[in-house]
Amino acid sequence: MASEKGVILLDFWVSPFGQRARIALAEKGVQYEYKEENLTEKSELLLKANPVHKKIPVLIHDGKPVCESLIIVQYIDEVWSDKAPLMPSDPYQRAQARFWADFVDKKVYDCGSRLWKLKGEEQQAAKKEMIEILQLLEAQLGDKKYFGGDSFGFVDVAFVPFTSWFYSYETCANFSVEGVAPKIVQWAKRCMERESVAQTLSDPKKVYEFVCFLKKKFGVE
Amino acid sequence: MAEGELKLLGTWSSPFVIRVKMMLEQKGLSYEYIEQDLLNKSELLLKHNPIYKKVPVLIHGDRDICESLVILQYIDENWSKTGPPVLPVDPYERAIARFWAGFIDDKLLSSFIGILKATTEEAKAEKIADTHTALELLEGAFKKCSAGKDFFGGDSIGYLDVTLGSLLGWIKTAEMMSGAKLLDETKVPLLVDWGKRFLTLDCAKKTLPSVERVEKHARELQVTRWKVATAN
Repeated sequence: MASEKGVILLDFWVSPFGQRARIALAEKGVQYEYKEENLTEKSELLLKANPVHKKIPVLIHDGKPVCESLIIVQYIDEVWSDKAPLMPSDPYQRAQARFWADFVDKKVYDCGSRLWKLKGEEQQAAKKEMIEILQLLEAQLGDKKYFGGDSFGFVDVAFVPFTSWFYSYETCANFSVEGVAPKIVQWAKRCMERESVAQTLSDPKKVYEFVCFLKKKFGVE
Repeated sequence: MAEGELKLLGTWSSPFVIRVKMMLEQKGLSYEYIEQDLLNKSELLLKHNPIYKKVPVLIHGDRDICESLVILQYIDENWSKTGPPVLPVDPYERAIARFWAGFIDDKLLSSFIGILKATTEEAKAEKIADTHTALELLEGAFKKCSAGKDFFGGDSIGYLDVTLGSLLGWIKTAEMMSGAKLLDETKVPLLVDWGKRFLTLDCAKKTLPSVERVEKHARELQVTRWKVATAN
């Protein structure tokens, strides 16, 4: 990996984790080179940049790789600190932001995957859990414009890519996100008014096509 | 800096709690420690960590901070003028420190606890191999982060030192109970030396439980929770 100047993002089009990095870079107005990875045939560059996990996203800044999406977002926020701060300045509010971004990390993707991978009772259990997760997030959002308050912040970046997966969750598990967490749906619409989000998020129908492709691949009925 | 008393809800054996104690000790902060019974959770715990109902919880005045790595960063930022920084100052080095802390909690911990939970020799051997792989990766991380100095944090201990250091009691217990050398000087010599240095520090001596105590607790867990035959 040459120490060339500049920013490269190794990513996969539908990855909500990669999208976090893309949104953060867009918020900061950072020019970068996007490289789409074939996850069934990982590139030399990816294997070299992330030898431990071999996963995307990886941000390569002036030849130095940063891995793990929330770490990447914090790095972007700290390096390009002159514009659109994503983290609050108060230590306690920062702790809250890290806690809730970590909550999204621990809960949403995993539970969401179980919604389309499982059937019957197990799927019902995953649905119940997803509803609880959405309602906890809704309670945290409250009546604020964003999770970050008046400004779009770290937790917003962490969670918003998953909103294009809502259609897939709803269709696979037969429930309505708006029915259980209307404020989250309103928040998602507000986020989509931001260019960084609108230009990054995948079309929910395309996400659903991808989920159907995965279901076939894993032999889920 | 917010005013208010510091309280820490924890259990004596949890590495997640121990690392917070280490950091508070390192910063010279006084606090009230309240031992929790996780089989019979207190009102206090349920009130201050309603989401996960787990330890550690740092209560600072009217603020609740949960999740050990979040707590460490809070201590660093809220008491930034007290003592050397916990996390590196440079953004790239911070990203590296955060990466390895996540790796320690995700991969290393599950590997050596897996040794204790294994119900067959085969499973145990697999977990021992996983632990060696994880430690060898951390050996490389130590080499880079320490840049020839004593600790991951350089001259003084930092984020990664306490994150890994808090596991030393359990790693030694896993070694004793499995008969496998995990912190093996032929495989991870830098980490072995680091471990010896770390254990001489006050923050380690005052917070790490004895291996005997951890072993007794691990054997209890093997029987009651992990359903492992105790012929080890």
